This record gives sequence, structure tokens and C-alpha cells, in this order.
Amino acid sequence: MSRARADEEEYWHSSKFRAFTFDDEDDELSQLKESKRAVNSLRDIVDDDDDDDDLERVSWSGEPVGRRNRLPSFQSLSNALSDTGVKNYAPELRRPKAEYKDYSSDWSPKDTVKRMQRGKVLIFLKRTLRREILFRELEVRQVALCHLIHFLKETGEQKLLLDLLRFLDRTEEVALSQYREHLNIQDVEKRREFLKGCIGLPFSAEDTSHIQDHYTLLERQIIIEANDRHLETAGQSEIFRKYPRKASILNMPLVTTLFYSCFYHYTEAEGTFSSPTNLKKTFKIPDKQYVLTALAARAKLRAWDDVDALLTTKNWLGYTKKKAPIGFHRVVEILQRNNAPVQVLQEYVRLVEDVETRLNLATKYKCHDVVIETYRDLKDRIQLTAYKCKVERGSAEEQNINSILNNTQIRWKN
Amino acid sequence: MAAHLSSGRVNLTALREAGRRELRQFLDKCAGSKAIVWDEYLTGPFGLIAQYSLLKEHEVEKMVTLKPGRLPQADVKNVIFFVRPKLELMDIITDNVLREDRGRSPQRDFHILFVPRRSLLCEQWLKEQGVLGSFIHREQYSLDLIPVDGDLLSMESESAFKHVANMMIRMKREFPGSQNSIFPVFDTLLLLDRNVDLLTPLATQLTYEGLIDEIYGIQNTYVKLPPEKFAPKKQGEGGKDLPTEPKKLQLNSAEELYAEIRDKNFNAVGSVLSKKAKIISAAFEERHHAKTVGEIKQFVSQLPHMQAARSSLANHTSIAELIKDITTSEDFFDNLTVEQEFMSGIDTDKANNYIEDCIAQKHPLIKILRLVCLQSVCNSGLKQKVLDHYKREILQTYGYEHILTLNNLEKAGLLKLQTSGRNNYPTIRKTLRLWMDDVNEQNPNDISYVYSGYAPLSVRLAQLLARPGWRSIEEVLKMLPGPHFEERQQLPTGLQKKRQHGENRVTLVFFLGGVTYAEIAALRFLSQMEDGGTEYVIATTKLINGTSWIKSLMEKLEPAPF
Repeated sequence: MSRARADEEEYWHSSKFRAFTFDDEDDELSQLKESKRAVNSLRDIVDDDDDDDDLERVSWSGEPVGRRNRLPSFQSLSNALSDTGVKNYAPELRRPKAEYKDYSSDWSPKDTVKRMQRGKVLIFLKRTLRREILFRELEVRQVALCHLIHFLKETGEQKLLLDLLRFLDRTEEVALSQYREHLNIQDVEKRREFLKGCIGLPFSAEDTSHIQDHYTLLERQIIIEANDRHLETAGQSEIFRKYPRKASILNMPLVTTLFYSCFYHYTEAEGTFSSPTNLKKTFKIPDKQYVLTALAARAKLRAWDDVDALLTTKNWLGYTKKKAPIGFHRVVEILQRNNAPVQVLQEYVRLVEDVETRLNLATKYKCHDVVIETYRDLKDRIQLTAYKCKVERGSAEEQNINSILNNTQIRWKN
Repeated sequence: MAAHLSSGRVNLTALREAGRRELRQFLDKCAGSKAIVWDEYLTGPFGLIAQYSLLKEHEVEKMVTLKPGRLPQADVKNVIFFVRPKLELMDIITDNVLREDRGRSPQRDFHILFVPRRSLLCEQWLKEQGVLGSFIHREQYSLDLIPVDGDLLSMESESAFKHVANMMIRMKREFPGSQNSIFPVFDTLLLLDRNVDLLTPLATQLTYEGLIDEIYGIQNTYVKLPPEKFAPKKQGEGGKDLPTEPKKLQLNSAEELYAEIRDKNFNAVGSVLSKKAKIISAAFEERHHAKTVGEIKQFVSQLPHMQAARSSLANHTSIAELIKDITTSEDFFDNLTVEQEFMSGIDTDKANNYIEDCIAQKHPLIKILRLVCLQSVCNSGLKQKVLDHYKREILQTYGYEHILTLNNLEKAGLLKLQTSGRNNYPTIRKTLRLWMDDVNEQNPNDISYVYSGYAPLSVRLAQLLARPGWRSIEEVLKMLPGPHFEERQQLPTGLQKKRQHGENRVTLVFFLGGVTYAEIAALRFLSQMEDGGTEYVIATTKLINGTSWIKSLMEKLEPAPF
């Protein structure tokens, strides 16, 4: 390698356009022949585009002809930037390093950008520069840098893009850019492997935990999916028979997975991968989210007892009370959406704290008892009387209203 | 056809004429009969410049959409591709060209028209595929600024503001009388980068046109609406099948009624429509009063105009009904309430219950993103705890892949950490009077009517620039992102516009990064203010609303096609 290095040094310091080969023969003739051959081999790929009026062409002997050659080949672009690049091309078509340096420092950012927009400089630079130098030059030219990044994204040159970003210390972008690739992997197992590989990448602290969760979730989903598909085909499980699955759980978001688990695997012990409590623990799902999701799932199955159990807590004295981390009006909403019977609804409407909301919901969903109770508590005789027309004649509710109205103990406010 | 373009202070028909001229020139270059293969995205914008009739005049016999496979058998001499410079489109073109039957006679010549400009990358790509040589004419058509209405120009391009300078020059060239030796058209040019005001597009617009765009989306002045309300009621025909195709309507100032109501707050539209209904009814009643032949003749001559007015009224009444269904819904109200709380500075520093509820109920992600971004902008960024909380809930509910989306939003400055530890928004809000409690929707006296209380920051800046000048708000300007500067262009005394007494200055406001219809309405409001002193012409890189804007920032989360 050192011979080539020495040769190169000689080249850089020699006169501009002298023909040059890497052989150590000093034979001028063979040198010329070598150069000519190299140039001829290039003729196919060198293009004669008319509109290159600001490029100088250099003849095979090194004399400038008034137009510079640009290298049009696309593949050569990436080749140029890989480590082997530079030496593949006819050396005399390169400008000496010294010359290049003068060039670029003359260019204002605007100029650089303008030329880069036409792509020629980019290609030229890529051809002649070692990657590190190119990156370094671009670091101080923000606009040109943006162009190059966009260019690499467009052409899908992922590896080069990542190298560039790493160089610029935009490590988080590197991580995200790589993570994005998982979307192109259709096979679940391969995707899982890929995600596993992403975990060590330089994400921010919060993002790292999300990526970790993404991997863990997919891992679990694969297990659950395999298991459940088996259960389904075996036909032994009642829940799967009654409610056949409409879609696979793979690649679904966490909350959807939790819903699925609360639907199909509610009673399972914490030890299994498919149990809701396991999911809750593994992914640290907050109570609020958990109750909401479980509620929705059990309500869909019309499992009112489960709903009740979810909302009941036992204090240390053994007394139970109803508690909802999401507000009882939401509970009512969910139950009503799933066509819960009035008796069930009524129980929770009763627990809505805000009186106005309680009245609205109770009236809306015809929870007569609650309406009656509330008006009684509010001591509102007028409203209670008015409500009579909303209940059936001769019904228990009507009798209830009447007995309350007749109650002399109550100090009505109106 | 160009009535709507000449309605403004500056006649924008000239610009469109220039566009047509350039198109004609190119078409004539490809002599002989032609077929055009269209990149679908371009048909809308082109429709604002030229109609098919113009193309026919230049021997365009067939038009097809760009898609892979064999090109249709058309007996034309030329096949011209009208495309944006995008690699995936180059692949389709390559496929078309390679499948062309070279044995056929007569052979067809291929050409490409890149819109708005050529791209080396694309041409390289075509060369790599070995088809570049098949094209005879490869040119660009600089469809830069498209006149959308009498005072509105749009580039309909997402990433084009680098070329604004070029466009400014072009525009100067095209306007009659704007050669160097004659009077300049605009007194002031105001370039506003979207980054200065990230708030406004996030809020739900409340003008008539703004709401149409928010709910149905206006594309190149056209809107597609659910057809049920537009079924023609023909007498004697009962039980006819309801149309299934969406109803397409064009919306511009050429339509009198639309020009009157488009910029009004939606709550003020109803009364205009009912007044109009009475006027039109009365006009039709006139036929009973027409006794003499002369009177009857006069009535008949006015019929087409009256019928057009009646049809226009019917359409807009239907649209208003559709919109009202949405604006009176509980969800719209709750959403608006939270938006207004944020914009007036209430509770922007903690996690919002309504947003959490919406996430829990899995409302569309874009709605959530608009709200959290709005909160973030109104708080100069969110505290770590709040941001992490929202992010976590979003990722758990909509999927972890949205890390990419959230990252994009962060890069755009829309959803980020509060780094400086202090919230600048209250100061900005108070100094620029962004929140006006006493807004009058029916007879507005301030631009805040377009959001029923919030004055768009961008337009406030324009307003203050005209009077009393930005010197008065230097401190606040420093708080807004990006540099700001003023430059005066010296004109020789002979060229300085001799303004007539009482004549207004004309300011071109160029929004780099997009503008909403509500902001346009606000600027129009300023234009017609008594003693306002300034009239505005608006240009933009794209017409946007919160949804389309966030969508463009969202990661494309489907796998790449190749």
C-alpha cells in the first residue's frame, strides 16, 4: 500500500494534468497508453449532455478542453463513496487536491447549493473525496448537507445515510432511521429479531424503553397468536367458538392487545403470557387504562358480574365500595354502548358524582329510580311531579313518586 | 372564466396567461397529434391554468393517467408525460416506455414535461434504466405560483420555498407594467415563515370556507361533498335512486353568494342565507307583477341570473346544513372548548382530561396530535412529565411505530420539551392581543372573529407592520422563532408610485410553509377595513389546514412500495 501512497503523494504534487498510472514504470509511452486505455473505457459512461455548460472537459492527455467531465453513472455514485472508489477511474480526470481546495472555498453557500441542486458538484465531490473529507466539508454547509441527506433518503442509500448521521453525531436520528426499517419487514419472526437488534441503538432514554416495549409486545403477541390459533382450530374452547376471532393480534397496539386479552383470556392466572394481569404488570399499564379496557371487554361480553368486580374495592376492614378511576359517567357510557340492561346501568348511574350529569344520564337512559331518588334528595317537588309523565301509568315507579310526594316529612324547596 | 382572477386589486389573469403561453409553446414544440400521460397529482393545479379546450387546440387528442403497464393504443404522433420529478414515477414511465411496441407504425415520439422543474436525479434514474434516450423533448414547466382567486396565489407544493426568490422575479416580469421602467405593483412584500406561527394552523377554523376545508377538504378550489343533500328534486319523480357519486363543486369568488359568505364566521352565515332566500323569492314573485310585454321581457332576461342565484343558494344552504350537523355535535363543542382554553392560556401546563379521554376512546390520531401540539405551542413546550405521559399513552394506544411520527413533530417544533423553563406564550398573547374575549361574530371589528376569539398571530404581525410598525413590538418579536428584518428597496423618485388620495397601499404577504383559509379571511378583513390603509394580496407555498398539515409531517408508516 505504501507504494501507492508514495505514488499518490507524487501525483498530488506534480504538475496538474500529467498523465499518471500506478505502475512504477517511468516509461512515458506506456504511461500514455495506460491513460488512453483508461479514458477510452470511460467513454461509454461519460455523457455529452449539452446542458453542461459550466463543466470543463479534460482530454485523455490531461489538457482541458473547455468542459469538465461529470460522471453520470448512478452506481458509480455509491461506489465512489465506498472505500475502494477513487482508484477505479482514470486518474488524469481528477483534479489535484490542491486545485480542489481552492475551488470549494470560493463557493459561497448559495453557489454550492446551486451547483449541488444540479447534482454535478455532489457527484464530482463524491468521486474525488474520501468520505470523511466530504462529510467534514458538508458539516459546515448546512443547506448542502440537507440536500445530501434528502438525496440519500430518496435513493434509499441507507448505509451511507447512517454513516453520515453518525459522523454528525446525530445518533438519535441514526437510531430512528434504522428503527424505521422494521416497517419493511413483513415476516413477524424476522421483524421480532430486527426489533431486538434495535434495542441497543442510541435512542433517547424514553424512546429506548418504548422500543424495548415494542419488542416485548411483539414477542408476546407471537406466542399468544400461535396458542390461540391452535385453540381455535381445536374447537374445544367455548369463548373462541362463540366469538371467532376476526383478525390476528400480531402488530396490534398494546391497548388493543390488552382488550383482546381481557376478552379471550380474562380468567387466566398472572403466570401466563396471555393473561391481562401479566400484560398490566409487564408493560406497567396504569390502573385507569386497565380498568377502562377491561370494562369495555367484559361489557361487550355482557359479563356484568365481572364489571361489578372491577369496580369494587375492598378496604382493610372488609367493606366493599365502588370506585372507578375513570368516573362513573364513563362507565355508564361504555355499558350503555353495549346495551346493558337498565337494572345494571341504573346501579352505576346512581354513583355518578355530579348531580346534573347524573340526572341527564338517568333521564336519557330511563333509569327512573335514580331520577326519582335524586329529585327527592334535591327536594325538588316541581321536577318530581313533572317526571310522573315519563313513567308508565300504574307502574311501581309512579307509585313511588306518589308516595314520596305525599310524604309529609319532606321539606320541599318548591 | 377568469372573472374571479380579475376581481382583486391586482389583476392576476396576467399570471395565468403567462402559464398558458408557456404550455402552448411546449405543446407546439412537440409537433403533431399528441396524447398526454398525466401524473394524477398535477391534474388539479393544471386545471386552474388551462382547460382541455386549450389542449385540444394544440392537437392533444387523448389524455390518460400515468400507471404501470402498456400505454393505451392511441393513434398519435407524440406521447408526452406530464410528471413531478419523483423517482417512483420514473419507474412507471420506464415501464411504459419499455413495453412500447417498437414494431408499430407509425412510431410514437416520447417527451417529458417535468413540473415544476427538471431533476438530475430523475434523469439519471431514467438513464440507468436505459430509457433516457427515448425522450426527444425533456423540459420543465415552472408551475410555480398558481392564481387561485383574485387575491390569492398558491404553489400547491410542499417543499418549494427555496424557489421563492425566483418566483418573485418571474412575477415581476409577468405583471403588465411592472417592468423596471414602470411602477412596481406592490408597495410592501411580507415574507412570513410558517415557523413564526405554528399555533394558527392547529386551531379549528371557524369561517365558512375554513370549515368546509376542515371537514371536506378543498382541492384546487374544488370540494367533494356527500351527494344526498344535492339530489335534484324533480317534480313527479318519486323514488329515484339517490346519486352515489360525491357532489363536486367549485368554490371561488366568481360565485356572488360564495364571495359574500366565505370569509364570515359560520355563525353569521345563516342569516345571510335566509335574507338571500327572501330576496330571491321576491324576485321570482315579480313574474306575477309583470303585466306589459316590456315588463315580461325584462323579467325573462333576468331569469338566467336569478336561476343561477337560486341554485347557488340551494347549494350553500345544503353545505351549511352539513356543516351545522358537525358544529352542533357534542364532540365538536368539547374539542373547541379545549382548544380555546389552551389559546387563552388556561391549564396548558398539565395533562388535559379531554385529550386523555379521547385517546382512551381511540379517536383519530390526527385529532389527538392537533390538540397536544396546540397545548405544547401554547405552553412554549411541555414539561417532561406531561410530554412523557402523552407520548406513552399515544404509543400504547396507537402503536409504537408512532415514535417516528412524534419525532417528526418534535423536529418541526410542534410537540417538544419546554427547554427554557419559562412559558413565553402569555406575554406574546397579551402584547399582540391574540385572545379577544369580546368577539363579535356577526359584525366583527377585529380579525379574531375567524377563530371566535383567537386572532391569528401571523395576521396580527401583518396588521401591526402596517400600523404602527414593528418597532412597537420589538421585544415580543425576539421571542418568536427566527430572525426578522426589514429591507427597503430604493426606487428612483420618478418611479415611486404616485398614490391617489385615499388609495391604499398594496402588500403582498407570502406565507412560506402554508396558509389557512381563516388567515386569508383575516387578511381580507383587514383589506376592507375603513381607513385600513392597506390592501393585501396573498401568496403561499400551499393551502393547508391542521389535518393536512400534521398529515404531511406524519411518518408514512406503510412499507415502501419497492
